[in-house]
Amino acid sequence: MRFLPLSDADREEIKKFLGIEKVREIFSDIPLEHSYYSLDQLPSSLPENRLIDVFRKLAHQNKFSQYIHYLGGGAYQHFIPEVVNYLSAKGEFLTPYTPYQPEVSQGSLQAMFEYQTMMTLLTGMDISNSSLYDGGTAAAEGILLALRKSKKDRFLMAENLHPEYIEIIKTYVQNLNIDFQTVIFHKETGKVDISDLKQKMDGNTAAFIFQSPNFFGVIEDSHEISSLLHQQNVYSIQVITEAMSLAFLNPPAENGVDIALGEAQSFGLPLGFGGPYLGFLTTKQEFLRQMPGRIVGQTNDNRGRRGYILTLSTREQHIKREKATSNICTNQAWCALRAAMYMATMGKTGLEKIGKLNHLNTAYFVRSVSGFDHVKIRYQKDFYNEVVMDIKNMSASDFLQKLEKKNILAGIPLKWFYPEFQDSILINFTENHKTEDIDSLVDRIGELK
Amino acid sequence: MNKLPELIFNKSKAGKIGYSFSDTKLADDLIAIDHNKLRKEITDFPQLSEVEIVRHYTNLSHLNHSVDSGFYPLGSCTMKYNPKINDKVAGFEAFSAHPYSPHHLVQGNLEILNRLETWLVQITGMTKFTLTPAAGAHGELAGMMIIRKYLTSTGNPRKVVLIPDSAHGTNPASAHFAGYEIREIPSNPDGIIDADELEKHLNPEVAALMMTNPNTLGIFEKHICKIAEALHRNGSLLYMDGANMNAFLGIVKPGNLGVDVLHLNLHKTFSTPHGGGGPGSGPIGVTRQLEAFLPVPLISRTDNEFRVEYFSQQGIGRIKNFYGNFLVIVRALSYLLSLGRENLRKVAEDAVLNANYIRKHLEKLFELPYKSKTLHEVVFSDKGLPVKTLDLAKRLLDYHIHPFTIYFPLIVQGAMMIEPTETESKETLDRFIEVIKKIIRESQENPDLVKTSPHSTPVSRLDEVQAARHPVLKWEKKENP
Repeated sequence: MRFLPLSDADREEIKKFLGIEKVREIFSDIPLEHSYYSLDQLPSSLPENRLIDVFRKLAHQNKFSQYIHYLGGGAYQHFIPEVVNYLSAKGEFLTPYTPYQPEVSQGSLQAMFEYQTMMTLLTGMDISNSSLYDGGTAAAEGILLALRKSKKDRFLMAENLHPEYIEIIKTYVQNLNIDFQTVIFHKETGKVDISDLKQKMDGNTAAFIFQSPNFFGVIEDSHEISSLLHQQNVYSIQVITEAMSLAFLNPPAENGVDIALGEAQSFGLPLGFGGPYLGFLTTKQEFLRQMPGRIVGQTNDNRGRRGYILTLSTREQHIKREKATSNICTNQAWCALRAAMYMATMGKTGLEKIGKLNHLNTAYFVRSVSGFDHVKIRYQKDFYNEVVMDIKNMSASDFLQKLEKKNILAGIPLKWFYPEFQDSILINFTENHKTEDIDSLVDRIGELK
Repeated sequence: MNKLPELIFNKSKAGKIGYSFSDTKLADDLIAIDHNKLRKEITDFPQLSEVEIVRHYTNLSHLNHSVDSGFYPLGSCTMKYNPKINDKVAGFEAFSAHPYSPHHLVQGNLEILNRLETWLVQITGMTKFTLTPAAGAHGELAGMMIIRKYLTSTGNPRKVVLIPDSAHGTNPASAHFAGYEIREIPSNPDGIIDADELEKHLNPEVAALMMTNPNTLGIFEKHICKIAEALHRNGSLLYMDGANMNAFLGIVKPGNLGVDVLHLNLHKTFSTPHGGGGPGSGPIGVTRQLEAFLPVPLISRTDNEFRVEYFSQQGIGRIKNFYGNFLVIVRALSYLLSLGRENLRKVAEDAVLNANYIRKHLEKLFELPYKSKTLHEVVFSDKGLPVKTLDLAKRLLDYHIHPFTIYFPLIVQGAMMIEPTETESKETLDRFIEVIKKIIRESQENPDLVKTSPHSTPVSRLDEVQAARHPVLKWEKKENP
């Protein structure tokens, strides 16, 4: 077997050295009736060329890539420069463990430090950790962070926060004696219903978690929300599922947000059928000692040279055990590395351009369908790169099926998540869509009149 | 001389670009957002050309030790070789579908999830798995939530989780976030849990025991069957941390030993690369009676298609977005298909042979606090040595060997936890043993050389106290004087 460097002669020599005849003797503490079970049911070993055949066949059963798609909803197809794939695939980045020995991990550690810096520059927040599993678990960790910091046991969350994030938050808090309520959204604007928020928040509320751009693609009035929350000492937590929006919209810090977190898959990670992605969490300095996850800091070595190290580990499970701020150990370091490479490659001007282009493509679509009587864009103002669309007298399933026949996946049916949106679809545009693609989508929709 | 490259922000120069994409004809008058909601610019962000980006990261990569570059016997982390074909197949564009794609367009992906689950069921003897947890600790959390939900369904979630003193820190942290109090159980002189000792801690408030097996001392918990029986008699469950499952491949199925919930680490046992700290994947397997409590989504197979269930009446809910770390799962399946039934057991056997080879050589030099049979890893103490574990570890760096895990488990003074894995040659082990002998000689003849090591790395020992007391967690622009 090519992964096993011991030769048969080596094995014999080692056994002789150990004074055993069979390796099985080492396993003699395992109940005999259970050890060395039969392996006959398992498939036979595949050589490399046959293995590729198997995966090509599996790949062939996926038809997704034959379609032009407009799917978003927390996972976005942006272009990935080849340098990101090339550089991140280096074994020196892909095959080390968590950098417990900083002297031989400066490459990963400096890249993490640069990642943390880029995330703070984009969000305007003071500090960033070096990754969490994904946007949904980052949201749950953000809530727990606010609860720890405030020493309160109640929070509010927006109904138009990504429905999977809501599910994850509910799972995370279900056993912790924490009380929460959902704040509804305004049916006309798609935004958080401020009067409902006012009614439900009180001095015992630790935080309100909302998403902007929200699940319907609409940009919330984060500034107004944060000001309102701060009147009663409630923390403002903004979730960002489309990290590209950070390049075009006001940074969360400028809107008074206390914790800005979410999903950074848009930065250099492929759709990958949902993972691995990249949870990020940025916040104000005052939250530092309560932060979850790994943090890289700059320091000096004993000869006065600059170096980087995992720091503030007294928050973490290997020191604090059950009193730790989170149970996280392995996170998504390599994904954060890719994000850093992506952000560095795009740089200031690239990100600014793409950030805007995502919106322009979406706005172009909205303008293009504005003349159609049978098409309704629900929220026409303050969308970023997703919109909610209804086709008159046609169910979402019918509409999607009709376009699928034209090799277009036109969006996500919202009824999956919100029963009141029986006929709506969520449709996303990125810089990947050519103007001709959008024109052709508009034509197809026009034909449905 | 500082061998670290300058920070990328300091290399930036206005006007340089590292990207190219076609410009749009669409004009700004399309913008449908209030102008006060738009940012003016992204200040201080890097601006470099493509070649400068490539050199920056290439130079950074040279500062890392990795499995690809050398021996990495980090105990309990199973730093085995990561086969390159796994990365290749995981990179097939067709797998990179959108997670909300219609199911009939991603049948290949759903089949991959189903096939890996089938493998894991056959290897572990558990009846059903979820592949969604993103890492071992995430699996632990989900697993403890399953236990709690099950016990709640029987009338009482109970209050306490028992955890041995040799356990990894994630165990108590995960049980805590599932709402439990922790009681620590002492290991016996053999380094394992005694069935009699366990009985002393059992009472109607005990929800479960979290047991790592083989444990963090590399020892098989040989009373596991008796312990499981005692727990079950008490209405409690047995959670097994499968971080060290490498020693069990083809040898024993935890499901046959009385384990109720088990997590695996695909990034340890199943060879997916650790990525410098993730992404991992931490599937959990359960027994028949706990299946209903697994998180969503769940993949099922009908006669002619694979389906996804998003709702579960009794399940703990959702613990991660979408389907988990899918591309990690693809790599693990690729690994198992490469091994096949012919090699699965050889992995465990060679891992155990290698660990015992190291043990027998080094037990002449180091104190071995627990003398039970060693499986995949061995833990020594620095008692009686002229230098400390930390010094030994740092000196190893000068010989291009990554140190073992140090100061863990906590029950061993100056612990040195060595896990060679099966993917190391005898030549590598022999060199490691020689280097250890040499360092011990150096410690006797010239202790300062060892205590001030490493000497050949890009940086030497870093000031952790300064890093924690005066945290510098990001680059900041220096204003020109």
